[in-house]
Amino acid sequence: MKSSILGAAPLAALTLAFGVAAAPATPTVLPQAAPLPALAPATITVASFPDLDRAVKTALPLWEKLYPQVKVKLVSLQIDDHHNSMTTALAAGARLPDVMAIDFRYVGSFAESKGMEDLLQLPYGAGQYRALFVPFTFVQATSARGTLGAMPADLGPGTLFYRKDLMDKAGIQETDLTQSWESYIAAGKKLKAATGTYLLAGASDLADIYIRANLKDGEGIYFGDKGQVLVDSPRFVKAFELAKAARVAGIDARTVAWTGEWAEGFKRDKVASQMMGSWLSGHLAKWLAPDSKGQWRAANLPAGALASYGGSFYGIPKKAANKTQAWEFIKFMTVNKDIQLHSLKEIGAFPALKAAYADPMMDEPQPYFGGQKTRLLARDTAAKIPVIRVDKFDAVARDIVNMELESVLAQNKDIKTALADAKALITHRARR
Amino acid sequence: MKKWAPYLFISPFFILFAVFSLFPLLFSIYLSFNQWEAASGVEAMQWVGLDNYKYALSDPWFLRSLGNTVWLALASGVPQHLVAIPLAAFIHNSFKRSRNLVIGIYFLPFITSSVAIAMVFNTLFSRDYGQINVLLQWCASLPLIGGLFPAESIDWLGSSLFIKPAVAFVIFWRYLGWNLVLYLSALQVIPKDLYEAATIDGASKRQQFWYITLPQLRPMIYLAVTLTIMGNLQLFEEPFVLVAESSGVSQSVMTTAIFVYKTAFSSGDFGTASAISWLLFLIIASTTWVNNRIFSRNERNERKEAK
Repeated sequence: MKSSILGAAPLAALTLAFGVAAAPATPTVLPQAAPLPALAPATITVASFPDLDRAVKTALPLWEKLYPQVKVKLVSLQIDDHHNSMTTALAAGARLPDVMAIDFRYVGSFAESKGMEDLLQLPYGAGQYRALFVPFTFVQATSARGTLGAMPADLGPGTLFYRKDLMDKAGIQETDLTQSWESYIAAGKKLKAATGTYLLAGASDLADIYIRANLKDGEGIYFGDKGQVLVDSPRFVKAFELAKAARVAGIDARTVAWTGEWAEGFKRDKVASQMMGSWLSGHLAKWLAPDSKGQWRAANLPAGALASYGGSFYGIPKKAANKTQAWEFIKFMTVNKDIQLHSLKEIGAFPALKAAYADPMMDEPQPYFGGQKTRLLARDTAAKIPVIRVDKFDAVARDIVNMELESVLAQNKDIKTALADAKALITHRARR
Repeated sequence: MKKWAPYLFISPFFILFAVFSLFPLLFSIYLSFNQWEAASGVEAMQWVGLDNYKYALSDPWFLRSLGNTVWLALASGVPQHLVAIPLAAFIHNSFKRSRNLVIGIYFLPFITSSVAIAMVFNTLFSRDYGQINVLLQWCASLPLIGGLFPAESIDWLGSSLFIKPAVAFVIFWRYLGWNLVLYLSALQVIPKDLYEAATIDGASKRQQFWYITLPQLRPMIYLAVTLTIMGNLQLFEEPFVLVAESSGVSQSVMTTAIFVYKTAFSSGDFGTASAISWLLFLIIASTTWVNNRIFSRNERNERKEAK
């Protein structure tokens, strides 16, 4: 069986072979005499979404040199359309790709689904790679049954991005932003008074990152280990209070992330900071605020908070046609250090593979951030992020919490009542 | 062979109908009595009887979505007809050669891609950078009438107060041309003799519109209103593309069709989504029936009066 020759040995050889490449960001060097697995000729379909599809696209020339007999057909849809299309394909058990890219928001429900291969089982044996990855990423893709639905590709260590030039104008130091959540809001007031600029794009961003921050190992964002709904806990109360304080102080531009209005805020210097996953650096530099190159800086989240914000995974549907080739491709994209670094350079996707963290590339100063070594910051954060449990109803809970937060911010609803209402509705919706 | 040939020739329609209409319909009814996490495949279905219906009816978001749908249906639907009828009469009477061009301009929004519409209206409705607010602020700076306009920028798509009217306006703008075309086609078949006779009798233009045009348009009004009821109760595209799903205020314009979509794809609960679809079907069917009764009763009354 072909699968018997799969495993760590060829992969290690592959990694070694890539190791000789001088410029890891554009891997073009072929392995010398590595015993690659003898894959049968096939065309595998990889279903992905922007910008993750670029990571695949730019790694393809090397894949084709390694495995000329295995062609890759990349299919890409917008992120929500991609996941909806994958859900319907799994439901029908037809037209399934061989490799399925999964965003972290959906990984809980896909991992729980019985339509994905358990990568811990043979012939995959993904368990042997567990130690190579940042621990929380593996847990995110693990179902309640203990199966592994997908392999982690990248992650999003929570980072505070801010405009140094605007802060300087208002006499605000980085420590004012990061010391505590209260000092962050106070700095926002100072900034607004001195420059008229908003500190935050939306007050809800503050709540969103706070509820993800400082979780204990094994704790879920919205659900506890026995499935209990946690949204009336002090963590949510504080998150809502902070968002409310920011709204009352008038320091948020009242925009919603990923809308045109949100993007304009950065382009027109109206918004001076944004808390998100480290991958936002790529979006800022490429299209959100290319003109303010050199003015942005990255810092830790306020009050030393640690949060995971985003990430991508690759899985194999049970009814995929070319599973052996698909698994080899997934390993190529995830366990290979140089391909991971390549994705970092191309799309700002921060590697989930710890081996990539020792590379000199991590130490490179970033011109967009005025020469700051932002990758080191993300690396240190990633290492400390606790293991967060995901739940298939996370997306439902997030919707409900967002709606209640809006009632608090715009209609002055009492926070305790809003959270109690959210809890009742989530319990009803999750049928718990 | 000769015996089977006719069936063979008409079979493409029946095969396509069975695959793309009948099967989904029957499957959806069956699905509404099951709990099903689609990503786990067909074998993961579990029979739950009427549970999904009970669950849907006890969900506050379902009731809220119904309220939103009715609000948007009325706020965008009623003005469509109130504007389209006199506008159609005006275009019919006033434009001769350039009539098709004018109709084309009104009809354009109907065939425009919803993504393009979303982009244009998002830009126009933008609180800080949108042209609508720029225009309002310019009006507010005018002497005498300035006080009638808001001096502050309005957060059209970000506040629960303004989001519904803003979305309703886009729906109105999009479907006005469609109704206009329906009414214009009906106007063209009204016999000219009626107007000539009325003119000889000394009826004014307004009287002609009121006593000839409107009654003659009744069958088309019935059709157009029925289409609006069915379309507006299934509203999806406009609120979906205009408002970011992740925003808290998106709930203010979450129609039942959007709720069906969210239940299926966000909650992964396809059984309940099917049950809600059938509840929506019952609502649309009964509303259309009521509409039918109202129009046919009026017609019966008129016939009686004529006798």
